This record gives sequence, C-alpha cells and structure tokens, in this order.
Amino acid sequence: MPLTDAPRIMTARLGDPDSYTIERYLETGGYQALRKALTMTPAEVTAEVDAASLLGRGGAGFPAGRKWSMLKKDPVTYLVVNGDESEPATFKDHLLIERIPHQVLEGVIISAYALQVTRAFVYVRGEFALGLERMEQALNDAYHHGAVGADIFSSGFSLDIVVHPGAGAYICGDETALLESLEGKRGFPRIKPPYYPAVIGLYHQPTVVNNVETMANIPWIVANGGAAFAALGAGRSCGTRMFALSGHVNRPGPYEVEMVKVSFRDLIYAEELGGGIRGGRELKAFIPGGVSSPWFGPEHLDLPLGQDEVGNAGSMLGSGAITVMDDSTCMVRAAWRITKFFSRESCGQCTPCREGSGWLERVLRRIEHGDGREDDLDLLLDVSDNISPGLRWPPQQTTICVLGPSIPSSIHSGIAMFKDEFLLHVKEGRCPVG
Amino acid sequence: MSYFNATMTARARQLVSLYPEPRSALVPLCHLAQEQDGWLTPEAMEEIAELVGVTPAEVRGTATFYDMLHTEPVGRYVVAVCTNIACLLDGAIELLAHAQERLGIPVGATTPDGLFTLEEAECLADCDHPPCVQVNHRFVRTTTAEAFDRLVEELAAGGHAENIPTHGTLVRVRRSGGLRVDPGQIARERAAQEGSG
Repeated sequence: MPLTDAPRIMTARLGDPDSYTIERYLETGGYQALRKALTMTPAEVTAEVDAASLLGRGGAGFPAGRKWSMLKKDPVTYLVVNGDESEPATFKDHLLIERIPHQVLEGVIISAYALQVTRAFVYVRGEFALGLERMEQALNDAYHHGAVGADIFSSGFSLDIVVHPGAGAYICGDETALLESLEGKRGFPRIKPPYYPAVIGLYHQPTVVNNVETMANIPWIVANGGAAFAALGAGRSCGTRMFALSGHVNRPGPYEVEMVKVSFRDLIYAEELGGGIRGGRELKAFIPGGVSSPWFGPEHLDLPLGQDEVGNAGSMLGSGAITVMDDSTCMVRAAWRITKFFSRESCGQCTPCREGSGWLERVLRRIEHGDGREDDLDLLLDVSDNISPGLRWPPQQTTICVLGPSIPSSIHSGIAMFKDEFLLHVKEGRCPVG
Repeated sequence: MSYFNATMTARARQLVSLYPEPRSALVPLCHLAQEQDGWLTPEAMEEIAELVGVTPAEVRGTATFYDMLHTEPVGRYVVAVCTNIACLLDGAIELLAHAQERLGIPVGATTPDGLFTLEEAECLADCDHPPCVQVNHRFVRTTTAEAFDRLVEELAAGGHAENIPTHGTLVRVRRSGGLRVDPGQIARERAAQEGSG
C-alpha cells in the first residue's frame, strides 16, 4: 500500500494478468470469505459490515451497514449492484469489473446472504463490453463452482444473480434511475419520498442498491473482521479506497490508498502515486471528486482524503475521481465541457436542470469562443442560483435528483477561483493561457 | 411474425425468463436485436414489444433514451472519441477533429461505404489512457492521430475481428444456465408484483 502499511483490499490481485479467472481467484483465497460467512448467521455477517463502518463507494458515501439495516423484511427483497460508473474521470469500477469480477461477485453473494435475499442483479454500464463479458463468464464459473445458485456450498442458502447491461445513460448511476432502467424503462430518477429503495425499490419491493467497490470490500471485511477494516483510516472514513487520478500528472491511474492517512498532495505528487505535475508545470486547480464536485486550488493540497474532511472544506470526495489541471489549462474551456456533459445527460424531467444546463452551456461556449457579453458571468451565476439556490455547499436542490445541483459546481467554483481569467475571455475575446 | 432468427429467439426467451417482470428484458433484447442487425429496426421493436408485453411505441420511447441503442442504421464500426474533462486535458478535441477529417464525416454521420460511424462520447471510464477511443464499445487505446489512422486502415481491411466484433455484438459470453432458486420463490415474487402493481 503506497505511503502507509495498510493491506491492499482492492488491488492485491491486480498484478496478475489472469486475475479475472476463477482459477486464479481460487488460488488467491477466493470464495473462502463466502464459506466463512455461510457458517455465521446473517445477523452476524451484517454486524461485521456494520462494525467496519464502510461508507458506500459510489459517490454519496452513505454507510453501507445502515443501508442494509433499513431493508424492510418483506417476503420479497432484492439486491442490486450499481456498476454504471459514468461520473466523468471515474474509472475504478471499470477496473474492478474487468479485472476482479469474482471479488465483486463474492461480495454480492455474502451481502445477499446477510440480507437473506434470493435475487440479485448486477447492473454493468453498457459501454463496458469487455467488463460485461468478464462478469458474465465469472458468473457462469461461480454457478459451476457452487458459489451461486441452489444450496450454495451445501449451506441451504440459494441465490440467483443476473448480469444486466446498461445502454448508455449517465443518469442511470442515480440509484432510482438505475432501478427504472432495470425495469426496462427510461432512466428517469424517481420522485422522493420515499428517499430510499429500501422502502420501495425494484418492482416496488424493498431493495438495497450498493456500488461495485462497496461490494468488493465485503469479502475482506468478513475474512478479517469489521474491526480490522474500521481500524484503517480515521474518523468516519474507514478502510482503503480506490482513487482514480487523471489529468496533468506524470502517472495517471487508479490508486488504492488508506483513507484520511493520505492527502491530495501525496496522491498527486508522491513518486509511487501521481508522480507530480507533467513537464515541470505548476498545479492550477484540481477536481476532488468527479465533475459534480466544486474545484479546489493548491491551497487545498494538504487536505486528507477523507469524506468529512473534504466535505467540510466545501467540496466532496464523491466518486473518488481526482482530475489535475496544470497552468496551461483554460478554465473556461474546462467548465464549458463539464457543463456540456450535464446538458447532454440531463434526463429532462425537471425544468431547472433541463433548461438551465443547456443555457449555461451556450453561455460558456460563447465566452470560450470569444463572443462573451459583459454580463455573462452574472448570468452564469444567476442561472446556477436558479438550479441550486444560494450556491451553497452541500447544495440546495430544486430537482428530483442530484444531477441538477451538480451542474453549478464547476461554474461557481471556477468563477470564484479564476474570475480574472473568465473576465479576460469576455473583455478581450481571447484566452490568457493560450 | 418472427423477427429474431432461430438462435436469437431462444436467447430472447432466456433473457425474458431471467426477470420477475418481462419488461426488464427490454434493453437486453434491444442489444440482442442490434447484435442481429447492427441497429434497432422497426420490426425488431415490434417483436420486442410482444415479447415483453408493451407497445412498440414504448419500446421506441425507451430505446431512444439510451445512447447505445440506434433506431437508425449505423456503420459496421461505431467509433467513439471521448472529449470529456480528462480527455479534454490531453488533446481530445484535436483527436476528434482529426477523426472527422480522416473518416471524411462529421460527428454523428456514417461513411458512405457503411463501415464507420463517428460519435463524440462522454466519459468512458478509461481516463488514465487519454484521449479515450472505443470501437463498438471496445477500448482500443489509440491516443494519437497516427495510431488512429492505423486502426482505421486495419479495421477497413477486416482486422481486429477477434477483439472487435461488428457493431451490436456486445457480450459474446452466453449465460450457461437458467435460474436455480426454487420455483416457489419466483411465484411469490410474481404475486408480490401483482399485489403492488
């Protein structure tokens, strides 16, 4: 483990080119945690996950154990795994699905046992063709091995899993949109309340939706105990976490580090991690948690990679995607492209998001093209304020889902940090950085 | 009426059987239709509607929500160049411009020979290899103009068939079995659906 001596929970198997096969998985201790879990009661397994204080690894960071305990014990319940990773610059679930599908599946089976669920669905982003093939093959092999299906390892517990392909829609990463999609509908996020699928989920039945990385942590937690996991990290952020580092660094890539014990500076500059800014350039800004998160500047480098630590500083760790921008980056162009993304991916249900994202994109585009108008910055902030009143953090919401309030993040933090650069685009019709 | 060929019909039935509600198979069936024809024809949507118990309009209405489902013909190879933030920082706009020039078509169009369709993609989650390019949803990791040109030539000459099947074929691994949980459980699920529906 880079920088600390924490165990490699997510990445231990990744050095092996055959890590996705059942043979290699079994050789490296695969499905032993499942065997152990099946000797425990479901309540004991749940207690271990609770003790681990595992925060969901999807983006919202909701405690996984609490999500489980909210599940109403109706006769029919479902477990759904969210593998629709689409938050720009996030690429850790892609890696886990392609490279260690069995570790994800083992987590799913153990979780299903803890929840006493007999049907689970693994929703994999459609654009991951290889990942879908690897997951489907892993599932076939797991059935054949007796780890899924009827009477798993002669325990009396039975479970069926279906791998479900998405078809290209960012919004389906929202758990209620994902459930709609899984029901064969357009991926429209559901109106709240109820706030949680644990109340009304798939086919109107109580459902738990967990992220791929969250699932991939479960076997280690069961094998080593929740307390061992909780001993890693600090505060509310326990364990290790996968961070996807991209942009102007020497060594972009997925890195597993112990939470809180490592800072943004470590991740970006340490030799064994990001290796510093490329070409000896200077850091201008970085996006700390996917494009939905407000930007940070060099003054935030020493913040630890912890959920509350980053949240209290006015942004979020979100999906664990950190994008580094050096001093050659045009911030108007960056904000425009991010806004264009939201405009394309807005599902169109709510007016502030549907109309606001397109409006903001057009204004940013004309500024970027040198056709900006004098009051365009005020206009950007005004439209943003109509989507997320007050432009506060955490953001206020006027829409069904959090895509809406994510739109202003890059705009208002970009203008706050680089007002002169935005103004120069407007006044002189050119970009000061080239 | 029979849109799906014999093999596809068997696979279509298996897909429907995997879900407590047939409609859940709608998107997988659309992928299956694209595997057969490369795109989602009106006849395909009609048969999918019948298979899952909705109207053809509902199939179209659902399919058009998703970027990967094409209700118009597309090329044998759908080339997607990501220009989202991580790729933007590494020359994606320039690579996309080059791709348009090389293929001689704007974004969204198909070459006259029916070989290539060009798309500007949103983040494809391979951000440590920017700019990210996919062909038929396979990562090809051609990050330079030269590598892009080489790939286009090789594809046009019929290369890469092993790793890049023609457009529409998404998953070549077949699920080897049906559901194994006891049928009573499935019956309870269906009853619960009806009770809350």
